[in-house]
Amino acid sequence: MIDQRSPILRLLTLLLATVLGLFFALPMLWLITAPFNERATLSVSIPQPPSLANFEVVFNNQFAIRALFVNNLIIGGGVMVLIAIVATLASYALSRTRVPGSDLLVYILILFSSVVSGTAAMVPLFLLAYRLGLIDTHIGVILIMTGGLLPSAIFIMRDFVSSIPRSYEEAALVCGASPLRVFWDVALPLVRPGVVVVAIWAFVNAWGAFLVPLVLLRSPQNMPASIAFYSFYSEAGTPNLTLVSAYAFLYTVPVLLLYLLINWRFGFRFFGGIKR
Amino acid sequence: MEHKPSIFPARIGILFLLPALFFVAIFLIFPFIWVIIISFTNQTLTGATAANPQFVGLENYARLFDFSRWMRSGEFGASLLITVQFVLGSALIGQAGLGLLIAVLFYRRKGWARRIVTTLAVLAWIIPEVVVAFAWFAYLDRDSGTLNMILSALGLGKPDWLFDYPLLSIIIFNTWRGSAFSMLLFQSALETIPPSYIETADVAGASAWQKFRDILVPLLRGHIATDLILITLWTFNVFTPYLLTGGGPTNRTQLVSIYTYKTAFQFFRFGQGAAIAVVMMFINLTLALIYLSTLRRQRVDA
Amino acid sequence: MHRYKLLVMLAALAIMVLGAAGVGAQDDAVTLTMTCRCVEGGVNSNLVVWLKTYVIPTFEERMAEQGVNVTVELVEFGGSDEQLKQQYALDLGVGAGADLMSFDGFWVPEFVDAGLIQPLEAIAGEIVNEWDGWEHIPEAIQELLSYRGERYGIPVGTDVRVIYYREDVFTEAGIEVPWQPTSWADILETAEQLKEAGVEIPIQLNAGTPMGEATTMQGFFMALLGAGHHLYDFDEEKWIVSSPALLETLRFYEEIYVNRELGDARMQLVEDGRQRSFEAFANGEVGMLVEGDFFWRSPMFELMGVEQRNSLVRFALMPAREPGAGYRGQDYVTISGGTGWILNPNTEHPELAWGLLSHMSDVDAVRAFQLIQPRISFRDDVPVAGDPTMTAMADAALSLSTVRPQLPEYPQISVEVQLMTERVVSGEMSPEEALEAYAEAVTELVGEENVIRIPLE
Repeated sequence: MIDQRSPILRLLTLLLATVLGLFFALPMLWLITAPFNERATLSVSIPQPPSLANFEVVFNNQFAIRALFVNNLIIGGGVMVLIAIVATLASYALSRTRVPGSDLLVYILILFSSVVSGTAAMVPLFLLAYRLGLIDTHIGVILIMTGGLLPSAIFIMRDFVSSIPRSYEEAALVCGASPLRVFWDVALPLVRPGVVVVAIWAFVNAWGAFLVPLVLLRSPQNMPASIAFYSFYSEAGTPNLTLVSAYAFLYTVPVLLLYLLINWRFGFRFFGGIKR
Repeated sequence: MEHKPSIFPARIGILFLLPALFFVAIFLIFPFIWVIIISFTNQTLTGATAANPQFVGLENYARLFDFSRWMRSGEFGASLLITVQFVLGSALIGQAGLGLLIAVLFYRRKGWARRIVTTLAVLAWIIPEVVVAFAWFAYLDRDSGTLNMILSALGLGKPDWLFDYPLLSIIIFNTWRGSAFSMLLFQSALETIPPSYIETADVAGASAWQKFRDILVPLLRGHIATDLILITLWTFNVFTPYLLTGGGPTNRTQLVSIYTYKTAFQFFRFGQGAAIAVVMMFINLTLALIYLSTLRRQRVDA
Repeated sequence: MHRYKLLVMLAALAIMVLGAAGVGAQDDAVTLTMTCRCVEGGVNSNLVVWLKTYVIPTFEERMAEQGVNVTVELVEFGGSDEQLKQQYALDLGVGAGADLMSFDGFWVPEFVDAGLIQPLEAIAGEIVNEWDGWEHIPEAIQELLSYRGERYGIPVGTDVRVIYYREDVFTEAGIEVPWQPTSWADILETAEQLKEAGVEIPIQLNAGTPMGEATTMQGFFMALLGAGHHLYDFDEEKWIVSSPALLETLRFYEEIYVNRELGDARMQLVEDGRQRSFEAFANGEVGMLVEGDFFWRSPMFELMGVEQRNSLVRFALMPAREPGAGYRGQDYVTISGGTGWILNPNTEHPELAWGLLSHMSDVDAVRAFQLIQPRISFRDDVPVAGDPTMTAMADAALSLSTVRPQLPEYPQISVEVQLMTERVVSGEMSPEEALEAYAEAVTELVGEENVIRIPLE
């Protein structure tokens, strides 16, 4: 199908690839040009000359910078770590022991999570967090977001685990290793690419979260970047595009770097695909 | 699913499951049950029914299905119709279609073209929501947006995207936003297909389309089902279009997720909002069953 | 080994995260907190400047002189009004929240009915009534934060709505300035003249749901009051859901946006339409813009600068449909709203909280605010300072003004009003159809027994 293509087919493929590349790239152009433009508008234009003045203003806004480099890292990191640990353990158990109906169970939990992550559940979640003393704490946001993301994380992760041959683990068990040891020394290294994908996915979700922090957090010093955006709105309550674009740029860079790093180090891909 | 014997005794399995059970019980099932209960009350956040909510039976549900006006702009039926178009267009055709296209286009190829397209698609998927909204606002702006600058340079005029074609705009937007997941899933699924299948077909002189239809699609059936189930559910719940259009103009992009948001957080009618969430959950459950049974039937036919 | 390192890192991160959550400062001083939709350098920046440079330091000083060690913390919230209202309702529902909350007057009834807030007197006691400031706050302004005869807070100011126009645009179109229309027909005629002279958007009268309350206040009420009555019959205590005046109002919208295309309907319907119309006005593309004095004080100030604003922008009063046909038989109409501060009923220091509220409402504090931003104050002993146009607006319009029905259902009915105007200006429904849909929706909201229908013609 691929190896011996006619030149016309190759040209068509290239053309299609270009169109697809442009489809994904064009909407992002503004994010690259506007931050370096001292008077940014909605249009994309090469800044004349490029300027870092916008970033200077943004970096002087301590509230917004703290939101990005402290609060977002705590929330994103916390959710990432919890999801990585909890989902790995759970999906390993679901894949390696016979739990009747576990397929259905995980799907039902995903359905539940779609309800609980929606606006309708925000009042119960607020009251729950209040009873637990978690209002205006990062840990509250982390726990609630973890609960919402967990079913999908397990769902994605379980097939990673299932696609790994069991023969190594079985051999280790036969040699007398304890199940914990087998998990730790044999299985974990094998599923690491899967853990990485799920961890990134969780991080990205928590990094961009808006609704849960809005409902649970109060102090400006605890707010994440999605809410700190409002500090670049004008007196009349409308966005100052110049500063908003610079902040958006800074807000995006960490996710971008993380993805590139992981992709380079481990390869960011689903492992064997997810299937029923 | 294959049924292999357990590697571990059950108690070890439970030990591994404990942390997940903890989260699921407290932060998922508990609030979920709470939502179900609220959906049978007239609970609001302010006003007299905030202090003394009452059980109203199925009233919240009945109101959603009041057929005398449910197709009126801004009502539940109209929102549901918009959402169905949105899911069909952006999830089933857009994301799954584009994801499959990219995966197949670069099947068994490495090279820079694949790397660039894949990276750009993933970027669109992982950029934070608020940022994406600003970027698309700038992209679609009538007078100075990037898209219209290109179109008018090509002599195609300057359509007013968010005003004249709002639903189409958010469908394209959501396709752009979410195709990466399907793409990644199909890419890795394709890698599980033994190369010998394709090579055999090559020898038999099959055309590209035949190979796609007769080899790839049947083998990917399970993956397609999973993909459709997940992206349908996610697309039903997607809220980002609100940042672009606010559900307008004149409610023409009021997805059910936006309808729920307005009911719960603008009118503060939480009982009603909860009922919508429950109805949407059942719609998704039904769709998942349809996907699975369709694909199972095809497997029998094949 | 690789994964041990990974595990240690994960564990360390987890501990950091858990630890970061529980850090809080404790000292012996009393801390009062106050929340507003305000950010220094951003939304309502003037308020922050005033609180930080005047109110908080002077209050802390005053308390220290009395031997009370008080620290006031300002919690700046940058999000939307709607989001702030959500947070308030959630916080008050569980007995939490800041001691002083900035509050839009028309939220008061629904919060009271939910049992979330209480009268000032019930919270802080008799000292509230003993405060000498009350006699300098006109009754009508006190009512902005009152409900059923009880005072729940003190306003920070009030506002009025007028028609803004640019002198240069009018002169160029051959319209004599100063300009003051006396009827809707005058407005339409002027708009036609502007259109002929090539002004892109002759008139903007707010409509549609994206502008939210600005549609109801700056658009709909300004027309409805000129057509003869209010949204609510205060004698019968019922909502007027259908009447010739309501229909006239919608026909006025239809005339402007649909029949004659004198206004830009698109701007009324897209998400950022209000800001776009501000910018278009500042660029001289809009002839007449009906807006509140907020527009003068804030967006125009920001977009045009003081000098250009003062030299180019003029205002006129909104006329009734015909002279004498307005609300209470008036020739000209306007409406006022106002925000203010309420006390959290759960405050641990009710007297101190009241002390802060009354301190920031005394004559010196209000004068200090005028220096930062001249606006219509809530005290009759503090006139607008340093802005003659603002003074003129207040003098001309305040006596004509009325307020929204202070009732818990109002915010929802207001959304129905916005929807009704949206249906007309988008051409989706005729005025008659839109009015009928509105009547149905409001009747469902408040019940058949609480509505009046005045026969149409």
